[in-house]
Amino acid sequence: MIRLTEVAKEYPRSGVALAHISFQVKKGEFVFLTGPSGSGKTTILKLLYMDDKPSEGEVWINGVSSRNASGREISRLRRRIGIVFQDFRLLEDRTAEANVRFALEVTGAPKATIRSKVARVLTQVGLSSKATSFPRELSGGEQQRVAIARALVNDPFVLIADEPTGNLDERATRGVFQLLRDINASGTAVIMATHDLDLVRRSNYRTIELNHGRVVFDSAESPASARPFDEPLPAFDTPSGSTEAI
Amino acid sequence: MRSAREALTASRRAPLLSALGVVTIAFSLFAFGLFGLVAINIRRALEQVEERVEVRAFLSDSADIEQVAAAMKDVGDFPEVLRVDYVSQEKALERARKEMGEFADVFEAGVLPASIEVHLRPGMRSPAVVKSVADRIKTYHFVDDVRYGEEWVEKLYRLRNIATVAGIALGVAFAAVAVIIIGATIRMTVLARAKEISIMRLVGATDMFIRLPFLIDGLVKGVLGGLLALLFVWIANRIVNEYFIQTIFFDRQMIFVGVVGGAMMGVLGSLVSVGRHLQRV
Repeated sequence: MIRLTEVAKEYPRSGVALAHISFQVKKGEFVFLTGPSGSGKTTILKLLYMDDKPSEGEVWINGVSSRNASGREISRLRRRIGIVFQDFRLLEDRTAEANVRFALEVTGAPKATIRSKVARVLTQVGLSSKATSFPRELSGGEQQRVAIARALVNDPFVLIADEPTGNLDERATRGVFQLLRDINASGTAVIMATHDLDLVRRSNYRTIELNHGRVVFDSAESPASARPFDEPLPAFDTPSGSTEAI
Repeated sequence: MRSAREALTASRRAPLLSALGVVTIAFSLFAFGLFGLVAINIRRALEQVEERVEVRAFLSDSADIEQVAAAMKDVGDFPEVLRVDYVSQEKALERARKEMGEFADVFEAGVLPASIEVHLRPGMRSPAVVKSVADRIKTYHFVDDVRYGEEWVEKLYRLRNIATVAGIALGVAFAAVAVIIIGATIRMTVLARAKEISIMRLVGATDMFIRLPFLIDGLVKGVLGGLLALLFVWIANRIVNEYFIQTIFFDRQMIFVGVVGGAMMGVLGSLVSVGRHLQRV
Protein backbone atom coordinates (compact mmCIF):
# COMPACT_ATOMS: atom_id res chain seq x y z
CA MET A 1 0.00 0.00 0.00
CA ILE A 2 2.81 2.40 0.94
CA ARG A 3 6.35 1.75 -0.18
CA LEU A 4 9.47 3.89 0.02
CA THR A 5 12.38 2.66 -2.06
CA GLU A 6 15.84 4.15 -1.54
CA VAL A 7 14.28 7.51 -0.86
CA ALA A 8 16.65 10.43 -0.36
CA LYS A 9 15.75 14.04 0.15
CA GLU A 10 18.13 16.93 0.03
CA TYR A 11 17.25 20.59 0.49
CA PRO A 12 19.39 23.22 -1.18
CA ARG A 13 20.02 25.15 2.02
CA SER A 14 19.68 22.71 4.89
CA GLY A 15 21.32 19.72 3.20
CA VAL A 16 20.42 16.06 3.54
CA ALA A 17 17.06 15.42 5.22
CA LEU A 18 16.71 11.77 4.27
CA ALA A 19 19.39 9.34 3.15
CA HIS A 20 18.27 6.27 1.20
CA ILE A 21 15.35 5.11 3.25
CA SER A 22 13.29 2.06 2.35
CA PHE A 23 10.28 0.63 4.15
CA GLN A 24 6.73 -0.50 3.53
CA VAL A 25 3.51 0.03 5.42
CA LYS A 26 0.81 -2.58 5.06
CA LYS A 27 -2.88 -2.01 4.87
CA GLY A 28 -4.37 -1.22 8.27
CA GLU A 29 -1.00 -1.07 10.01
CA PHE A 30 -0.17 1.36 12.85
CA VAL A 31 3.36 2.77 12.59
CA PHE A 32 5.18 5.16 14.86
CA LEU A 33 7.90 7.34 13.39
CA THR A 34 10.21 8.45 16.16
CA GLY A 35 13.50 10.23 16.43
CA PRO A 36 14.91 13.57 17.54
CA SER A 37 13.95 16.88 15.94
CA GLY A 38 15.40 17.17 12.46
CA SER A 39 15.73 13.42 12.06
CA GLY A 40 13.46 13.42 9.01
CA LYS A 41 10.05 12.40 10.41
CA THR A 42 8.15 15.34 8.97
CA THR A 43 10.01 15.03 5.67
CA ILE A 44 8.86 11.42 5.32
CA LEU A 45 5.27 12.41 6.05
CA LYS A 46 5.45 15.24 3.50
CA LEU A 47 6.72 12.79 0.90
CA LEU A 48 3.84 10.47 1.75
CA TYR A 49 1.17 13.06 1.07
CA MET A 50 3.27 14.31 -1.83
CA ASP A 51 3.74 17.81 -0.57
CA ASP A 52 7.31 17.29 -1.66
CA LYS A 53 9.11 14.95 -4.02
CA PRO A 54 12.12 12.84 -3.15
CA SER A 55 15.47 13.89 -4.62
CA GLU A 56 16.19 10.22 -5.28
CA GLY A 57 14.27 6.97 -5.03
CA GLU A 58 10.53 6.52 -5.21
CA VAL A 59 7.50 6.79 -2.97
CA TRP A 60 4.53 4.58 -3.87
CA ILE A 61 1.27 5.23 -2.16
CA ASN A 62 -2.01 3.64 -3.13
CA GLY A 63 -0.83 3.07 -6.69
CA VAL A 64 0.52 6.59 -7.19
CA SER A 65 4.23 7.04 -7.76
CA SER A 66 6.17 10.14 -6.73
CA ARG A 67 8.02 9.90 -10.03
CA ASN A 68 5.15 10.72 -12.32
CA ALA A 69 2.16 11.83 -10.24
CA SER A 70 0.25 14.69 -11.86
CA GLY A 71 -1.24 17.54 -9.84
CA ARG A 72 -4.70 16.06 -10.30
CA GLU A 73 -3.56 12.61 -9.17
CA ILE A 74 -2.00 14.14 -6.08
CA SER A 75 -5.23 15.98 -5.28
CA ARG A 76 -7.21 12.76 -5.68
CA LEU A 77 -4.71 10.85 -3.55
CA ARG A 78 -4.97 13.40 -0.74
CA ARG A 79 -8.71 12.89 -0.62
CA ARG A 80 -7.92 9.35 0.46
CA ILE A 81 -5.30 10.36 3.01
CA GLY A 82 -6.18 11.97 6.33
CA ILE A 83 -3.57 14.42 7.59
CA VAL A 84 -3.31 15.73 11.15
CA PHE A 85 -0.78 18.21 12.51
CA GLN A 86 0.53 19.28 15.87
CA ASP A 87 -0.92 22.77 15.42
CA PHE A 88 -4.36 21.46 14.32
CA ARG A 89 -4.56 23.82 11.32
CA LEU A 90 -8.20 24.67 11.76
CA LEU A 91 -9.81 27.72 10.19
CA GLU A 92 -10.43 30.03 13.14
CA ASP A 93 -13.37 31.79 11.56
CA ARG A 94 -15.41 28.63 11.04
CA THR A 95 -17.20 26.35 13.43
CA ALA A 96 -16.03 22.80 14.13
CA GLU A 97 -18.70 21.49 11.81
CA ALA A 98 -17.75 23.96 9.02
CA ASN A 99 -14.10 22.99 9.38
CA VAL A 100 -14.96 19.35 8.82
CA ARG A 101 -17.42 20.15 6.04
CA PHE A 102 -14.73 22.13 4.26
CA ALA A 103 -12.78 18.95 3.49
CA LEU A 104 -15.80 17.46 1.73
CA GLU A 105 -16.80 20.64 -0.04
CA VAL A 106 -13.49 20.93 -1.82
CA THR A 107 -14.01 17.47 -3.26
CA GLY A 108 -17.35 18.57 -4.71
CA ALA A 109 -19.38 16.05 -2.67
CA PRO A 110 -23.18 16.40 -2.79
CA LYS A 111 -24.80 18.39 0.02
CA ALA A 112 -26.82 15.56 1.53
CA THR A 113 -23.73 13.34 1.72
CA ILE A 114 -21.77 16.15 3.32
CA ARG A 115 -24.36 16.65 6.07
CA SER A 116 -24.57 13.00 7.05
CA LYS A 117 -20.83 12.33 6.84
CA VAL A 118 -19.95 15.39 8.92
CA ALA A 119 -22.45 14.40 11.60
CA ARG A 120 -21.07 10.87 11.62
CA VAL A 121 -17.41 11.80 12.06
CA LEU A 122 -18.15 14.45 14.69
CA THR A 123 -19.93 11.73 16.67
CA GLN A 124 -17.03 9.37 16.04
CA VAL A 125 -14.56 11.81 17.60
CA GLY A 126 -16.98 12.58 20.44
CA LEU A 127 -17.71 16.18 19.49
CA SER A 128 -21.27 16.11 18.21
CA SER A 129 -22.31 18.46 21.01
CA LYS A 130 -19.68 21.02 20.01
CA ALA A 131 -20.39 21.14 16.29
CA THR A 132 -21.25 24.83 16.38
CA SER A 133 -18.28 25.89 18.51
CA PHE A 134 -15.45 27.88 17.03
CA PRO A 135 -11.89 26.61 17.50
CA ARG A 136 -11.12 29.33 20.08
CA GLU A 137 -13.97 27.98 22.20
CA LEU A 138 -12.51 24.48 22.24
CA SER A 139 -9.69 22.97 24.30
CA GLY A 140 -6.53 21.77 22.57
CA GLY A 141 -7.68 18.18 22.71
CA GLU A 142 -11.04 19.10 21.25
CA GLN A 143 -9.43 21.09 18.46
CA GLN A 144 -7.27 18.12 17.58
CA ARG A 145 -10.39 15.96 17.51
CA VAL A 146 -11.95 18.38 15.04
CA ALA A 147 -8.80 18.09 12.93
CA ILE A 148 -9.04 14.29 13.13
CA ALA A 149 -12.70 14.44 12.16
CA ARG A 150 -11.73 16.53 9.15
CA ALA A 151 -9.07 13.96 8.28
CA LEU A 152 -11.57 11.10 8.60
CA VAL A 153 -14.48 12.58 6.73
CA ASN A 154 -13.24 11.40 3.33
CA ASP A 155 -12.85 7.79 4.58
CA PRO A 156 -9.08 7.70 4.22
CA PHE A 157 -7.13 4.46 3.87
CA VAL A 158 -4.33 5.99 5.88
CA LEU A 159 -4.15 8.68 8.54
CA ILE A 160 -0.90 10.60 8.65
CA ALA A 161 -0.34 12.38 11.94
CA ASP A 162 2.61 14.68 12.53
CA GLU A 163 3.10 15.03 16.31
CA PRO A 164 -0.66 15.06 16.88
CA THR A 165 -0.22 15.15 20.65
CA GLY A 166 2.71 17.56 20.68
CA ASN A 167 0.60 20.49 21.90
CA LEU A 168 -1.60 18.57 24.29
CA ASP A 169 -1.46 17.84 28.00
CA GLU A 170 -1.24 14.26 29.17
CA ARG A 171 -4.95 13.73 29.54
CA ALA A 172 -5.75 15.12 26.10
CA THR A 173 -2.84 13.13 24.68
CA ARG A 174 -4.34 9.90 25.96
CA GLY A 175 -7.73 10.75 24.55
CA VAL A 176 -6.40 11.65 21.11
CA PHE A 177 -4.13 8.63 21.03
CA GLN A 178 -7.00 6.34 21.95
CA LEU A 179 -9.03 7.89 19.15
CA LEU A 180 -6.23 7.12 16.70
CA ARG A 181 -6.15 3.55 17.96
CA ASP A 182 -9.88 3.22 17.48
CA ILE A 183 -9.56 4.56 13.96
CA ASN A 184 -6.81 2.04 13.29
CA ALA A 185 -8.93 -0.74 14.77
CA SER A 186 -11.61 0.03 12.22
CA GLY A 187 -9.13 -0.67 9.40
CA THR A 188 -7.46 2.64 8.62
CA ALA A 189 -3.67 2.59 8.62
CA VAL A 190 -2.09 5.19 10.91
CA ILE A 191 1.39 6.64 10.52
CA MET A 192 2.20 8.82 13.47
CA ALA A 193 5.33 10.86 14.01
CA THR A 194 5.94 11.49 17.66
CA HIS A 195 8.45 12.55 20.26
CA ASP A 196 6.43 10.94 22.99
CA LEU A 197 8.33 7.77 23.82
CA ASP A 198 5.83 6.97 26.55
CA LEU A 199 3.13 6.50 23.97
CA VAL A 200 5.42 4.32 21.92
CA ARG A 201 6.47 2.17 24.85
CA ARG A 202 2.98 1.66 26.14
CA SER A 203 1.74 0.22 22.86
CA ASN A 204 2.99 -2.60 20.76
CA TYR A 205 2.79 -0.93 17.42
CA ARG A 206 5.53 -1.04 14.85
CA THR A 207 8.13 1.66 15.44
CA ILE A 208 10.54 3.15 12.94
CA GLU A 209 13.20 5.28 14.54
CA LEU A 210 15.06 7.87 12.51
CA ASN A 211 18.27 9.72 13.15
CA HIS A 212 20.01 12.11 10.80
CA GLY A 213 17.72 11.07 7.99
CA ARG A 214 18.39 7.35 8.34
CA VAL A 215 16.32 4.51 9.71
CA VAL A 216 18.22 3.35 12.79
CA PHE A 217 15.57 0.96 14.02
CA ASP A 218 12.49 -0.72 12.61
CA SER A 219 10.66 -3.02 14.99
CA ALA A 220 9.24 -4.95 12.05
CA GLU A 221 12.74 -6.06 11.14
CA SER A 222 14.41 -6.39 14.54
CA PRO A 223 13.50 -8.68 17.40
CA ALA A 224 11.54 -7.01 20.14
CA SER A 225 14.49 -7.22 22.52
CA ALA A 226 16.46 -4.92 20.29
CA ARG A 227 14.08 -2.03 20.79
CA PRO A 228 16.13 0.97 21.80
CA PHE A 229 13.92 1.68 24.78
CA ASP A 230 14.12 0.80 28.40
CA GLU A 231 11.87 -1.70 30.04
CA PRO A 232 8.54 -1.87 28.22
CA LEU A 233 5.84 -0.16 30.25
CA PRO A 234 2.40 -1.64 30.77
CA ALA A 235 0.26 -1.58 27.65
CA PHE A 236 -1.68 1.61 27.18
CA ASP A 237 -5.12 0.16 26.91
CA THR A 238 -5.05 -1.63 30.26
CA PRO A 239 -7.50 -0.16 32.80
CA SER A 240 -6.23 3.38 32.91
CA GLY A 241 -9.34 5.25 31.85
CA SER A 242 -7.72 6.04 28.54
CA THR A 243 -10.86 5.61 26.52
CA GLU A 244 -12.65 8.54 28.07
CA ALA A 245 -13.21 11.50 25.84
CA ILE A 246 -11.30 14.67 26.51
CA MET B 1 -21.33 28.84 -8.76
CA ARG B 2 -19.54 27.51 -5.70
CA SER B 3 -16.49 29.58 -6.64
CA ALA B 4 -18.61 32.73 -6.87
CA ARG B 5 -20.13 31.99 -3.47
CA GLU B 6 -16.70 31.27 -2.06
CA ALA B 7 -15.37 34.57 -3.44
CA LEU B 8 -18.31 36.44 -1.95
CA THR B 9 -17.92 34.74 1.42
CA ALA B 10 -14.24 35.62 1.44
CA SER B 11 -15.07 39.27 0.76
CA ARG B 12 -17.64 39.24 3.54
CA ARG B 13 -15.13 37.75 5.95
CA ALA B 14 -12.60 40.49 5.24
CA PRO B 15 -14.67 43.48 4.08
CA LEU B 16 -11.98 46.04 4.88
CA LEU B 17 -9.32 44.20 2.91
CA SER B 18 -11.69 43.79 -0.02
CA ALA B 19 -12.69 47.47 0.02
CA LEU B 20 -9.04 48.44 0.29
CA GLY B 21 -8.32 46.22 -2.69
CA VAL B 22 -11.00 47.84 -4.82
CA VAL B 23 -9.91 51.37 -3.85
CA THR B 24 -6.24 50.59 -4.51
CA ILE B 25 -7.11 49.21 -7.93
CA ALA B 26 -9.34 52.24 -8.54
CA PHE B 27 -6.57 54.70 -7.70
CA SER B 28 -3.94 52.99 -9.79
CA LEU B 29 -6.36 52.87 -12.74
CA PHE B 30 -7.35 56.48 -11.99
CA ALA B 31 -3.72 57.56 -12.47
CA PHE B 32 -3.62 55.58 -15.70
CA GLY B 33 -6.99 57.03 -16.75
CA LEU B 34 -5.91 60.60 -16.08
CA PHE B 35 -2.83 60.02 -18.17
CA GLY B 36 -5.03 58.54 -20.90
CA LEU B 37 -7.28 61.56 -20.78
CA VAL B 38 -4.34 63.96 -21.11
CA ALA B 39 -2.98 61.83 -23.96
CA ILE B 40 -6.22 61.82 -25.97
CA ASN B 41 -6.64 65.56 -25.46
CA ILE B 42 -3.09 66.29 -26.63
CA ARG B 43 -3.68 64.04 -29.62
CA ARG B 44 -6.94 65.79 -30.38
CA ALA B 45 -5.24 69.20 -30.17
CA LEU B 46 -2.47 68.05 -32.49
CA GLU B 47 -5.03 66.66 -34.91
CA GLN B 48 -6.80 69.99 -34.97
CA VAL B 49 -3.55 71.75 -35.78
CA GLU B 50 -2.77 69.12 -38.39
CA GLU B 51 -6.07 69.70 -40.10
CA ARG B 52 -4.70 73.08 -41.00
CA VAL B 53 -1.83 71.58 -42.95
CA GLU B 54 -2.59 72.52 -46.52
CA VAL B 55 -0.81 73.16 -49.80
CA ARG B 56 -1.62 76.49 -51.42
CA ALA B 57 -0.87 76.97 -55.10
CA PHE B 58 -0.89 80.58 -56.30
CA LEU B 59 -2.10 80.97 -59.85
CA SER B 60 -0.70 83.30 -62.45
CA ASP B 61 -3.02 86.07 -63.63
CA SER B 62 -3.14 84.53 -67.07
CA ALA B 63 -4.41 81.17 -65.81
CA ASP B 64 -7.28 79.83 -67.84
CA ILE B 65 -10.24 79.07 -65.62
CA GLU B 66 -11.07 75.85 -67.47
CA GLN B 67 -7.51 74.59 -67.21
CA VAL B 68 -7.57 75.44 -63.51
CA ALA B 69 -10.84 73.54 -63.08
CA ALA B 70 -9.37 70.50 -64.85
CA ALA B 71 -6.24 70.72 -62.72
CA MET B 72 -8.34 70.95 -59.55
CA LYS B 73 -10.13 67.79 -60.53
CA ASP B 74 -6.81 66.02 -61.19
CA VAL B 75 -5.37 67.17 -57.88
CA GLY B 76 -8.59 66.16 -56.14
CA ASP B 77 -8.01 62.64 -57.44
CA PHE B 78 -4.56 62.38 -55.79
CA PRO B 79 -4.82 59.66 -53.16
CA GLU B 80 -3.38 62.01 -50.53
CA VAL B 81 -5.87 64.76 -51.17
CA LEU B 82 -9.02 65.25 -49.16
CA ARG B 83 -10.45 68.38 -50.76
CA VAL B 84 -9.48 71.11 -53.18
CA ASP B 85 -10.89 74.66 -52.86
CA TYR B 86 -10.61 77.54 -55.28
CA VAL B 87 -9.83 80.94 -53.77
CA SER B 88 -10.57 83.73 -56.18
CA GLN B 89 -8.75 87.07 -56.12
CA GLU B 90 -11.78 88.71 -54.50
CA LYS B 91 -12.01 86.09 -51.85
CA ALA B 92 -8.28 86.33 -51.18
CA LEU B 93 -8.60 90.06 -50.62
CA GLU B 94 -11.62 89.62 -48.41
CA ARG B 95 -9.72 87.14 -46.25
CA ALA B 96 -6.68 89.38 -46.14
CA ARG B 97 -8.80 92.29 -45.01
CA LYS B 98 -10.18 90.24 -42.22
CA GLU B 99 -6.85 88.81 -41.14
CA MET B 100 -4.45 91.68 -41.72
CA GLY B 101 -5.15 95.34 -40.97
CA GLU B 102 -2.91 96.78 -43.73
CA PHE B 103 -5.21 95.45 -46.45
CA ALA B 104 -8.18 97.26 -44.92
CA ASP B 105 -8.01 100.15 -47.39
CA VAL B 106 -7.19 98.11 -50.47
CA PHE B 107 -10.40 97.62 -52.31
CA GLU B 108 -9.16 96.56 -55.65
CA ALA B 109 -9.27 92.93 -56.49
CA GLY B 110 -6.26 91.74 -58.42
CA VAL B 111 -3.72 92.80 -55.84
CA LEU B 112 -3.61 89.32 -54.48
CA PRO B 113 -3.35 86.28 -56.73
CA ALA B 114 -6.06 83.64 -56.97
CA SER B 115 -5.08 80.28 -55.54
CA ILE B 116 -6.19 76.71 -55.02
CA GLU B 117 -6.11 75.28 -51.51
CA VAL B 118 -5.34 71.59 -51.25
CA HIS B 119 -6.41 69.90 -47.98
CA LEU B 120 -4.79 66.59 -47.23
CA ARG B 121 -6.27 63.45 -45.78
CA PRO B 122 -5.53 62.54 -42.15
CA GLY B 123 -2.36 60.47 -41.98
CA MET B 124 -1.11 62.10 -45.21
CA ARG B 125 0.28 65.18 -43.56
CA SER B 126 3.91 64.21 -43.02
CA PRO B 127 6.55 66.59 -44.45
CA ALA B 128 7.46 64.08 -47.19
CA VAL B 129 3.89 63.61 -48.39
CA VAL B 130 3.16 67.34 -48.27
CA LYS B 131 6.29 68.07 -50.28
CA SER B 132 5.49 65.41 -52.87
CA VAL B 133 1.98 66.83 -53.38
CA ALA B 134 3.42 70.34 -53.60
CA ASP B 135 5.99 69.23 -56.18
CA ARG B 136 3.34 67.64 -58.37
CA ILE B 137 1.18 70.76 -58.21
CA LYS B 138 4.18 72.89 -59.17
CA THR B 139 4.34 71.16 -62.55
CA TYR B 140 1.20 72.97 -63.80
CA HIS B 141 2.39 75.85 -65.93
CA PHE B 142 -0.19 78.28 -64.59
CA VAL B 143 0.98 77.75 -61.03
CA ASP B 144 3.30 80.56 -60.00
CA ASP B 145 4.22 79.43 -56.58
CA VAL B 146 3.38 76.70 -54.06
CA ARG B 147 3.49 77.28 -50.32
CA TYR B 148 2.93 74.82 -47.56
CA GLY B 149 4.81 76.16 -44.53
CA GLU B 150 7.64 73.69 -44.87
CA GLU B 151 9.31 74.43 -41.54
CA TRP B 152 6.06 74.56 -39.70
CA VAL B 153 4.95 71.19 -41.03
CA GLU B 154 8.24 69.63 -40.02
CA LYS B 155 8.06 71.06 -36.52
CA LEU B 156 4.51 69.88 -36.10
CA TYR B 157 5.45 66.45 -37.31
CA ARG B 158 8.37 66.24 -34.90
CA LEU B 159 6.16 67.36 -32.04
CA ARG B 160 3.64 64.71 -32.94
CA ASN B 161 6.32 62.02 -32.99
CA ILE B 162 7.67 63.13 -29.62
CA ALA B 163 4.15 63.15 -28.19
CA THR B 164 3.50 59.66 -29.55
CA VAL B 165 6.73 58.17 -28.18
CA ALA B 166 6.36 59.95 -24.83
CA GLY B 167 2.73 58.85 -24.70
CA ILE B 168 3.57 55.20 -25.31
CA ALA B 169 6.47 55.25 -22.82
CA LEU B 170 4.43 56.95 -20.10
CA GLY B 171 1.41 54.80 -20.87
CA VAL B 172 3.44 51.62 -20.50
CA ALA B 173 4.98 52.94 -17.28
CA PHE B 174 1.58 53.87 -15.82
CA ALA B 175 0.10 50.55 -16.89
CA ALA B 176 3.05 48.69 -15.35
CA VAL B 177 2.61 50.56 -12.08
CA ALA B 178 -1.11 49.76 -12.13
CA VAL B 179 -0.41 46.06 -12.78
CA ILE B 180 2.17 45.92 -9.97
CA ILE B 181 -0.14 47.64 -7.50
CA ILE B 182 -3.08 45.46 -8.46
CA GLY B 183 -0.87 42.36 -8.22
CA ALA B 184 0.29 43.41 -4.76
CA THR B 185 -3.28 44.08 -3.65
CA ILE B 186 -4.43 40.66 -4.75
CA ARG B 187 -1.34 39.11 -3.20
CA MET B 188 -2.51 40.53 0.13
CA THR B 189 -5.81 38.72 -0.30
CA VAL B 190 -3.98 35.51 -1.15
CA LEU B 191 -1.67 35.85 1.85
CA ALA B 192 -4.60 36.63 4.14
CA ARG B 193 -6.05 33.28 3.08
CA ALA B 194 -2.77 31.37 2.94
CA LYS B 195 -3.80 29.02 5.73
CA GLU B 196 -7.08 28.26 4.05
CA ILE B 197 -5.27 27.57 0.78
CA SER B 198 -2.80 25.21 2.45
CA ILE B 199 -5.65 23.31 4.12
CA MET B 200 -7.54 23.12 0.85
CA ARG B 201 -4.50 21.53 -0.75
CA LEU B 202 -4.08 19.07 2.10
CA VAL B 203 -7.64 17.84 1.84
CA GLY B 204 -7.28 17.32 -1.89
CA ALA B 205 -8.66 20.42 -3.59
CA THR B 206 -7.38 20.75 -7.14
CA ASP B 207 -5.40 23.85 -8.05
CA MET B 208 -8.21 25.00 -10.32
CA PHE B 209 -10.69 24.65 -7.49
CA ILE B 210 -8.46 26.84 -5.30
CA ARG B 211 -7.77 29.34 -8.05
CA LEU B 212 -11.29 29.94 -9.29
CA PRO B 213 -12.65 31.92 -6.31
CA PHE B 214 -9.57 34.14 -6.47
CA LEU B 215 -10.03 34.70 -10.18
CA ILE B 216 -13.64 35.70 -9.61
CA ASP B 217 -12.54 37.91 -6.73
CA GLY B 218 -9.93 39.53 -8.98
CA LEU B 219 -12.44 39.97 -11.78
CA VAL B 220 -15.01 41.62 -9.53
CA LYS B 221 -12.41 43.86 -7.90
CA GLY B 222 -10.99 44.76 -11.31
CA VAL B 223 -14.41 45.72 -12.68
CA LEU B 224 -15.42 47.65 -9.55
CA GLY B 225 -12.02 49.35 -9.39
CA GLY B 226 -12.26 50.16 -13.09
CA LEU B 227 -15.73 51.70 -12.71
CA LEU B 228 -14.64 53.68 -9.66
CA ALA B 229 -11.57 54.92 -11.53
CA LEU B 230 -13.80 55.91 -14.42
CA LEU B 231 -15.97 57.91 -12.06
CA PHE B 232 -12.91 59.66 -10.61
CA VAL B 233 -11.59 60.49 -14.08
CA TRP B 234 -15.01 61.76 -15.13
CA ILE B 235 -15.19 64.03 -12.08
CA ALA B 236 -11.65 65.29 -12.76
CA ASN B 237 -12.60 65.95 -16.37
CA ARG B 238 -15.70 67.87 -15.31
CA ILE B 239 -13.67 70.03 -12.95
CA VAL B 240 -11.07 70.80 -15.63
CA ASN B 241 -13.86 71.64 -18.09
CA GLU B 242 -15.62 73.84 -15.61
CA TYR B 243 -12.66 75.86 -14.42
CA PHE B 244 -9.81 75.51 -16.91
CA ILE B 245 -10.00 74.34 -20.49
CA GLN B 246 -12.38 72.50 -22.78
CA THR B 247 -11.41 68.86 -22.96
CA ILE B 248 -12.82 65.76 -24.53
CA PHE B 249 -13.70 62.63 -22.53
CA PHE B 250 -13.24 58.98 -23.47
CA ASP B 251 -15.72 57.66 -25.97
CA ARG B 252 -17.81 54.56 -25.24
CA GLN B 253 -15.35 52.23 -26.87
CA MET B 254 -12.48 53.52 -24.74
CA ILE B 255 -14.59 53.23 -21.58
CA PHE B 256 -15.41 49.64 -22.46
CA VAL B 257 -11.75 48.85 -23.16
CA GLY B 258 -10.77 50.54 -19.88
CA VAL B 259 -13.19 48.58 -17.73
CA VAL B 260 -12.41 45.31 -19.51
CA GLY B 261 -8.73 46.17 -19.06
CA GLY B 262 -9.31 46.63 -15.31
CA ALA B 263 -11.07 43.28 -15.13
CA MET B 264 -8.28 41.59 -17.07
CA MET B 265 -5.69 43.10 -14.74
CA GLY B 266 -7.66 41.78 -11.80
CA VAL B 267 -7.84 38.28 -13.28
CA LEU B 268 -4.21 38.28 -14.36
CA GLY B 269 -3.07 39.64 -11.01
CA SER B 270 -5.00 36.87 -9.25
CA LEU B 271 -3.71 34.22 -11.60
CA VAL B 272 -0.11 35.25 -11.02
CA SER B 273 -0.47 35.74 -7.25
CA VAL B 274 -2.27 32.47 -6.61
CA GLY B 275 -0.08 30.62 -9.08
CA ARG B 276 3.07 31.78 -7.34
CA HIS B 277 1.59 30.96 -3.98
CA LEU B 278 0.54 27.48 -5.06
CA GLN B 279 3.99 26.81 -6.43
CA ARG B 280 5.57 27.78 -3.16
CA VAL B 281 3.42 25.86 -0.68
